[in-house]
Amino acid sequence: MSVSGDPAPRRPAFRFERWAPLILLGGAFAIYVVVAFATGQAQYLTFENLIAILGRSIALGITAIGQTFVILVASIDLSVASLISATAVLASVIMDGEPGMILPAVLAALALGGVVGLVNGLVVSGLKVNPLIATLGMSLIIQGCLSAFVSNFAGAVPAEFQVFAYGQLGPFPFALLFLLALAVLAWAVLRFTKFGSDMYAVGGSEEAARFAGIKAGRVLVLSHVICSVCAAIAGLYLASRLRSGAPWIGSDGVYDLESIAVVVIGGTVLAGGRGGIWGTMAGMLIFSLIDSVFNIAGVDSFAKQVLRGVIIVAAVAFYAIRSKRIVA
Amino acid sequence: MTDGTRPRGAERRLRAPRINPVWILLAVLIAAIIYMNTGFVEPTGYMNFLKRAAPLAILAAGQVYVITSGGFDLSVGSLITLVVVGSSMLTNNDPAATLWVIPLMLGLGLVVGFVNGLVVCFLRVPSLIATLGMMITLNGLAFLWSGGAPRGYLPDTYRFFGRELIRDVPLVGFIPVSVIVMAVVIGAYGWLMHRANLGRQVHAIGDNPVAAHLAGVPVARVRITAFVLSGLSGAVAGILLGGFAGVSTDVGAGYELQAITAAVLGGAQLLGGRGSVPAAFGGALALTAIFTLLNFLGLPQPVRQVVQGLILIAAVALAMHRRRQTGT
Repeated sequence: MSVSGDPAPRRPAFRFERWAPLILLGGAFAIYVVVAFATGQAQYLTFENLIAILGRSIALGITAIGQTFVILVASIDLSVASLISATAVLASVIMDGEPGMILPAVLAALALGGVVGLVNGLVVSGLKVNPLIATLGMSLIIQGCLSAFVSNFAGAVPAEFQVFAYGQLGPFPFALLFLLALAVLAWAVLRFTKFGSDMYAVGGSEEAARFAGIKAGRVLVLSHVICSVCAAIAGLYLASRLRSGAPWIGSDGVYDLESIAVVVIGGTVLAGGRGGIWGTMAGMLIFSLIDSVFNIAGVDSFAKQVLRGVIIVAAVAFYAIRSKRIVA
Repeated sequence: MTDGTRPRGAERRLRAPRINPVWILLAVLIAAIIYMNTGFVEPTGYMNFLKRAAPLAILAAGQVYVITSGGFDLSVGSLITLVVVGSSMLTNNDPAATLWVIPLMLGLGLVVGFVNGLVVCFLRVPSLIATLGMMITLNGLAFLWSGGAPRGYLPDTYRFFGRELIRDVPLVGFIPVSVIVMAVVIGAYGWLMHRANLGRQVHAIGDNPVAAHLAGVPVARVRITAFVLSGLSGAVAGILLGGFAGVSTDVGAGYELQAITAAVLGGAQLLGGRGSVPAAFGGALALTAIFTLLNFLGLPQPVRQVVQGLILIAAVALAMHRRRQTGT
């Protein structure tokens, strides 16, 4: 798609694209430190507080890991928010306070995620429906089905399952370690498996990947399944944290659009084929740092929203501006 | 719809002229509505229907430009909210203020579209992210401006466009002003798209921006124009909606997706290259007819959501199926 044709492959000394998320993260962290000192609130600069900042964006991080997979294959998933609500409600209704029902509930939630991802993937790869429309339609369907049955907090999560959100291992919350493990796993899948390299190939050019003998449809479906299962895990986490599931927790957190924004800020290209998990993790950190900056600076919540919109665009522009591709 | 891209062999074989399926869908839906409620054939019935459809039809006409040029405009919904909230703040119950508030709001739509276009063209941010950021920003601005709870109401002079009827018209009895506005906007947008040079250029950059660039199309200028037309349509729709709905901070919520749905129902191709203003108008009418029908059937909101999702996926799947069959 580039105007001049890509130049012959050579190794430049400094690959900006690779380091851009880290530069942004450094910038966000610097702003955080400066604001903390400037407002005389240096007490926020502790290790515990940093962990607390991270703890607030775990659901977003889990969702964004899944979203990275679909965006890498040049697809997108707008159904994660309603899927998060659906799995949270499903799990909490099945558990209903019974510790013995934890395993069935978790399995049911993961299965729901798998099925939704499978349908998304099949509609996108088989019926050739634009992924934006396919997953938007799926989102409407899930939300509709959900709100037909539930209109308030439903079910209850037993204390044993709340460990997922509130448990600690030394100074680290359980959920944070889980997120880290998930990120490492996702990184390993992308880096070392055939499926991982197939994903980059399909994202770069589906047609070329097909001609190279890659089963593009299968790769697409599998990445959608991974994305939806991640959303289901995020739903489980939120159910554990809120101690119950409600049909609005996904849409309230705007997890669909925010997870996409996190992935894109992390340097994964919406057109597919370039990016990775650590960029997404950096994007998540940037998001939560910005939120904390707003909090300690005492920015009005509506002004916060305005700034947030500007920052998303600015962060993406930060490296998109250097590309010679024509975007639309 | 098929100007210039008629399937090969169409001249040789005698077959029925290709009708855009949206008109068939619309005819079926209208027939169903008339079957359910014979009052619909009266002028009061269909004029009220057209009046309800007017904002969506106008939005869809603007959205078609952006979609055909290869992008998305997610910011129109929150633009509507900002226009309605802003108008109520600015007019401040003064009927004379309408005179300058309406041009100001149209100017606001223009500026929002222009900024969207600039960000996409020169900062090279994909339109999905750029207009998403704009959506978040405008929503925040609407909240910020009104302090979260918009005061006051719009003066009758302002609500003229959305609410008033022109009476004593021969044949139909009365015409709502909003229907006239809709006819003018659809006519102008349709002319620009299908009779003027701009339309051909929009199609060209959506189909293949590199080829269009090499053929001498000013890609950036055309793309910005498309976003400006979409922003303008958002402002007009906001002025109409301010007329018949009240002032609130969620008047525009969801309209961006409905506008995209309407354009897609009318056969506009996501990621560019194909789109038609009259067909998008048909899509908007069909979508409104679906909602009307579901209302008549007494179905609750969740079911409406599910139906909208299913129709969305089915319409795009069908369009893709037809496209593969004809090989265009």
